[in-house]
Amino acid sequence: MTRSLLSSRVFLGSVVVLALAALVPFLGRVVPFIAVPYALGVLTSAYYFGVFAMSWDLLFGYAGEVNFGPTFLIGLGAYAAALINNILHWPILPCVIAAAVAALAGGLMLALPALRLRGPYFGLVTLVAVLLLQDVIVVFAHWTGGEIGMTVPDVLSISADTNYWIALAFLVVSAGIIYGYARSPLGLILQAAGQDPVEAAALGFNVAKHKLAAFSLSAVMSGVAGAMLIFYLGSASVDVVVDLAIAVQVIIAAVLGGRRTILGSVIGAVFLILAGQILLPLGQLSTFVVALIALLVILFFPDGLLGHFLRARERA
Amino acid sequence: MLGYEIFVDGFAISSLYALGAVGFTLIFGVSGVLNLAHGGTMVVAAMIAWLVIGDLHTGVLGGALVGIVAAIAFAFATYFATVRPIQRSHAIPKEETEIFILTSTLLWGIMIQTAIAYLFTTNPVTVPPLVPGVVHVLSVRTPRNEVLIAALCWLVMAVLWLFVSRTRAGKALLAASINPRALTLCGFELSRIHLLVWAIYGVLAGIAGVLLGTYLGASSDNIGPLTASAFSIVILGGLGSVPGSLIAAYVVGYFETMTAYLIAPTLRSIPALVIVVLVLYIRPQGILGRR
Repeated sequence: MTRSLLSSRVFLGSVVVLALAALVPFLGRVVPFIAVPYALGVLTSAYYFGVFAMSWDLLFGYAGEVNFGPTFLIGLGAYAAALINNILHWPILPCVIAAAVAALAGGLMLALPALRLRGPYFGLVTLVAVLLLQDVIVVFAHWTGGEIGMTVPDVLSISADTNYWIALAFLVVSAGIIYGYARSPLGLILQAAGQDPVEAAALGFNVAKHKLAAFSLSAVMSGVAGAMLIFYLGSASVDVVVDLAIAVQVIIAAVLGGRRTILGSVIGAVFLILAGQILLPLGQLSTFVVALIALLVILFFPDGLLGHFLRARERA
Repeated sequence: MLGYEIFVDGFAISSLYALGAVGFTLIFGVSGVLNLAHGGTMVVAAMIAWLVIGDLHTGVLGGALVGIVAAIAFAFATYFATVRPIQRSHAIPKEETEIFILTSTLLWGIMIQTAIAYLFTTNPVTVPPLVPGVVHVLSVRTPRNEVLIAALCWLVMAVLWLFVSRTRAGKALLAASINPRALTLCGFELSRIHLLVWAIYGVLAGIAGVLLGTYLGASSDNIGPLTASAFSIVILGGLGSVPGSLIAAYVVGYFETMTAYLIAPTLRSIPALVIVVLVLYIRPQGILGRR
């Protein structure tokens, strides 16, 4: 009973937030002094970021796997799409599908050690995976543009409005898939497998199969979101889709929003990107302030923004 | 000739890696904490030493000592600000403390990195060498400082070994890494041992940081790679195993040096990363790991 009430609260909340998000493009007609295209641009990136964070939370919160390198999967997808678009001149949709395939392969590569290793060992593999991907991109600078990055010939749209709608729709569909999966019986089994693999196996569940499914879904969503992001930006570079700093931001977003909530990740991502914009006048120090805020949240509200709200209800 | 050069150069850098990684692995062995702000501790030591030598004219040795004290202070700050509150928190489930400490020390490392970049820019600073001049080692022209670095690293590790195997506090430390519960039953205060291990860590990382500053220079951009290399060395050697970390430090150090000399300096870090991944696929507990 409580559970269905809670989920309906979450559902109601999401609908309200979604309605507000849909109003943003029309904001300019009401409050003329807001630079709407700029606000839309910031939110568009934030929505793709939200998908990154949700995919990460599926692995961490549900499968119990600490992935320090979400940008390995994101970067694989983004660069696969960018390279194919550049060299083979395929249109955007096949490129995005190719990105999903590339990220899926990467996800399975990560899943292989994850099924054998625990905790910090697996964390290191993912960390190293990012560093290696970054090195490979720099070594093959001839094709990838190295540290400078590469432009892609095709872009989703040149209209800020259209880009915003595409990102919002993509976010909603992704949230539906990931949240739906996490809340389904499959998600419950996954959660059990993550928290106590031995007991889950004793109950007759195939732990490896469920974790592989989670890795695959997380990888495909990350890769597709990475590809969409570069087709929105019109360029792919290490600083935007691979760098460890981005990986850390994805993790911060998910933990800030509340681990094991999926939808909280989106709140965390939007908060993080907006905070980054607001703190822009601080220059270099903005990263410092964001890290400090995240540290304080972890220390004092370890359940995160949405998690804190939900668990307070649960206790009541 | 080239072989000798690789041998001599690799030895100095590997010794530094070893010293840095030993402190890192000690903390893990005793309290199960992986400190992802590790590179920050080393760079803080080098930066403070450089600052003190340059602005206060204390001389190289005085500056180096201040740098080491700063590293100890930073290690305690890391422990009290980011590790202990999480270990004591009731809101964080026990099985998740590990990931929370990883995340909080990572954030702490990012904070110190941006703070250093803001205060001192990202340009590397070079601490003046402890001794000037060059000598010939195996017919390779080597700065005296490089020889001193290798010697000092081994001296410090010998002192550490004596401390752990000969003194009461050191034996308690060793016992804590084997069975903390039994140690508390013997009447030892575990929290004091944790303080001790963080202090030792500060000394080791501080010395390694200052020496690194005299050898390759230090900048805020080094913090991430330094943490990553210590992490890889410790995993390669086996988490919590000091001898394993020593072996792994030389493996990683020599592979990096060989790549830099024989293939290209820009590819320096790649083979070590590949080795770490291979080891994790084939032998996850590392060279001397006990699992």
